[in-house]
Amino acid sequence: MINFIKECRKEPEDLPASSFMLASRRRREVAMPRHRERFVIAVALFCAIYVVIGGRMAVWGAFPSDGGGYRYVPSQIMAARPDLLDRNGKVLATDIKTASLYAEPRRIVDADEAAELLLSVLPDLDPKTLHDRLSSKAGFAWLRRELTPRQQQEILKLGIPGIGFRTEKKRFYPGGPTAAHVVGLVNIDNQGIAGMEKYVDDAGYSALQSAGLAVDTDLKPVNLSLDLRVQHIVRDELAAAMQRYRSIAAGGVVLNVRTGEVLALASLPDYDPNNPVDALKKENLNRMSAGTFEMGSTFKTFTTAMALDSGLVKMTDSFDATKPIYIGGFRITDFHGKHRPLTVPEVFIYSSNIGSAKEAETVGIEGHKAFLTKMGLLTRMHTELPEVATPGQPKEWKLINSITISYGHGVMTTPLQTAVAAAALMNGGYLIPPTFLPRTEEQAAALAKQVVSKKTSDEMRYLFRLNVADDRGSGNLANIPGYKVGGKTGTANKVVGGKYSNTKKFNAFLSAFPIDNPQYVVLVVIDEPQPEPGKYYATAGMNAAPTVGAIIRRAAPLLKVKPDFGDSGKSLLVSY
Amino acid sequence: MASRADRGIVSEWWWTIDRWFLAAFLALMVAGVVLSFAASPPVAERIGLEPFHFVKRHAFFLIPAVVTMLGCSMLTPRGVRRAALVIFCVSLVMMVLTLFIGTEIKGSRRWFDLGALSIQPSEFMKPAFIILCAWLFAERARRPDIPGNFFSIILLFVVDALLVAQPDLGQTLLITATWGGLFFMAGMPWLWIAILAVLGVVGGASAYLVFPHVASRIDRFWTGEGDTFQTDTAREAIMRGGWLGQGPGEGTVKRLLPDSHTDFAFSVLAEEYGIIACMILASVFCFIVVRGLSIALGQRDPFSRLAVSGLVFLFGLQSIINMAVNLQLMPAKGMTLPFISYGGSSMIAVAVSAGFILALTRKRPENASQTDRLVQRTAAYHGA
Repeated sequence: MINFIKECRKEPEDLPASSFMLASRRRREVAMPRHRERFVIAVALFCAIYVVIGGRMAVWGAFPSDGGGYRYVPSQIMAARPDLLDRNGKVLATDIKTASLYAEPRRIVDADEAAELLLSVLPDLDPKTLHDRLSSKAGFAWLRRELTPRQQQEILKLGIPGIGFRTEKKRFYPGGPTAAHVVGLVNIDNQGIAGMEKYVDDAGYSALQSAGLAVDTDLKPVNLSLDLRVQHIVRDELAAAMQRYRSIAAGGVVLNVRTGEVLALASLPDYDPNNPVDALKKENLNRMSAGTFEMGSTFKTFTTAMALDSGLVKMTDSFDATKPIYIGGFRITDFHGKHRPLTVPEVFIYSSNIGSAKEAETVGIEGHKAFLTKMGLLTRMHTELPEVATPGQPKEWKLINSITISYGHGVMTTPLQTAVAAAALMNGGYLIPPTFLPRTEEQAAALAKQVVSKKTSDEMRYLFRLNVADDRGSGNLANIPGYKVGGKTGTANKVVGGKYSNTKKFNAFLSAFPIDNPQYVVLVVIDEPQPEPGKYYATAGMNAAPTVGAIIRRAAPLLKVKPDFGDSGKSLLVSY
Repeated sequence: MASRADRGIVSEWWWTIDRWFLAAFLALMVAGVVLSFAASPPVAERIGLEPFHFVKRHAFFLIPAVVTMLGCSMLTPRGVRRAALVIFCVSLVMMVLTLFIGTEIKGSRRWFDLGALSIQPSEFMKPAFIILCAWLFAERARRPDIPGNFFSIILLFVVDALLVAQPDLGQTLLITATWGGLFFMAGMPWLWIAILAVLGVVGGASAYLVFPHVASRIDRFWTGEGDTFQTDTAREAIMRGGWLGQGPGEGTVKRLLPDSHTDFAFSVLAEEYGIIACMILASVFCFIVVRGLSIALGQRDPFSRLAVSGLVFLFGLQSIINMAVNLQLMPAKGMTLPFISYGGSSMIAVAVSAGFILALTRKRPENASQTDRLVQRTAAYHGA
């Protein structure tokens, strides 16, 4: 090192002297070439690299969206959802823009003042939490999502620094709870979590959303098969029935027998999807598709249809219902006991357990099981609605199971699939999977599967009508003039603590109208009804049947079913 | 300004300094402060400091930086060598010490804590190392009996070893490449250059094999798979800026960029001031390199020639690596943009480099071009 320093001391003496002496200069030029070409190479290389850099910038500037590595993370909060409409174009669910309030606590000058001012507009905020949030050192904190325009305006007027609004899309359900269980709901990030909202997500919308294509574009609305007017009537009548019969729950469905479209489906108690605080409460579940029940005597519809369709039983055949059946320590009796042999129609309208058991016995256990499977009553139903329960059946079918199942105990099904199976008995024998989306008869015909013969279907229509029109039938209260209602009641004892309760009932009325050419199946279930004041019984004929009647009376004109009052009706109109 | 007849230090300095260089360096310094208003506040906010913490510090460091630059530019070539020797020895000792008592930040020991401020000795080592190597090559070229080449290779190994030990592969790459540039400019035979190039490739390959983070960065660059958040965000920032930028303070993507005030300051510049501003910045760096090399070519003294070339190489390479990483032309590598990125040590060290460049490019009698041309004409006239 010391040598080097000495070296550099020597140097300056050489330089000035040599620079004026041509000879020494020339010698040194030879000894120390400048390597001009290397400077040229270096300059060229550097310039080339800077040109590449400039070029890259020019390309990025000219084609800003080009390139695979460029990611755009869509804000799901801002993502739009398609509107849900009913079959007539009435809005069931839509997006509205709302403002959400946030704070940037670090920018807040005076947290005490800010908290006080905000509380004057949003008094329901917790003062302590609010103050803690505002005085924290965080960069961002939500204060309140989804404000009303009035609240936003008032907060703007306060002029607090360090707070701001973010526009969010909020899902709004104009009908409130009317179609809550079918339409479903979304979470705060606008993702469908129940009902048809979830179906829309699962059917590809969420893929669209995460691909960033669902932002601010006008998405095509999705029409549902529901008719909002009928839906409202069903829910309204169910609510009235719940109150009148003091039941814990009620449910109803209106199904088009030719297309499988669900026109209305309601289950009470329900919730308001605009404020879904109790959407997840157990009693608010959709009983019609997500609840399974022993359907009781309405199941005799299927037992009778099975017996008739098997060819082993004719309408004119009789079954001895004189004595109860004793099997495996159980005694099976009739509620409306006649203690005499009953014909097939009598078994149906008197709702004879003994008769039904004997019908099932005629077909046999395997045949019974096969028939119910064919009707789709033992397997999970496939439809758009995500909330669908799987039916329950005995692990092993013995005679006692077949006998109890013949009158609706021992198999648990969802009310909706019961209605779907009944529709097959009404429409000439075609089982059509239910749908919540519009479907034409042609589309339905492609999906339909013949499960019983036309003859059986005709006979079942006769029996349905008989049960309502005949004075002896259990469904008289559903007889609405002009609409030719037919149906079957069912009053099942509920299982409480592993035993059949005598007081807790699950009532149903399974009906179709107009019975000479059925268009709609209407099923109403009433869970744990009490007798009306002044009446002793709370059987299905006393509550479910009149509820169905009320629904049909109000909804039939909207469903474009032409009333037929027969000859007397015509004369009445003329003379009026 | 001072009269030309005045031979005092200041007027002498003013009339001999290369004003283009001076203007370019001062422009970069000012640009750095303006840009720090855009790039630093989000980082300061993120780590819980007041928003203008880094802006203030950046502006504060500007004062010693300007003083250092001007002070260094007053030196004679001999003074530059002496200063370089002192700086080199001190920073080398400190680099050794950092390995034992340095502060470990993000897995590397690069920082030397001196109470209030921490120093990154390797930043100061770079210009000093370049000056010393230029001198060794120059001496060797003038007197073949001096083993200048050999010494400079030894110096390179020592410096590289210390940098790899920290580890700081970016600086290792930079210093080795600059040394290679010097070696090339010193007019070494092509065979040696080829041999050293092969050695460089071997070194790069072994870094790929030995250091998993190097391998993963290079893999990510080639395949585009894995965590490319930083570079992708940088790209998004540049594209959002477009030609004219979003406007000062209007950048939003910059808030997502983890190193927006240092390694990715260029992207923030693009987002807020636009690609045209970035091009101007790049052209300032390009101008410094080209002007440096062309002045170097005119230098009669081989030491000045090599030293100026080496220093502008350092400048140019550093800016190129930084910009290329921001533009996804290179695997991600932390490299500050001279004078623009935030960093006290880095700024003072860059000011030292700039001061050395200014000092070595000052007009000196022996480089007087008129005399030069006269001498050449005379020689031609005499038929030499």
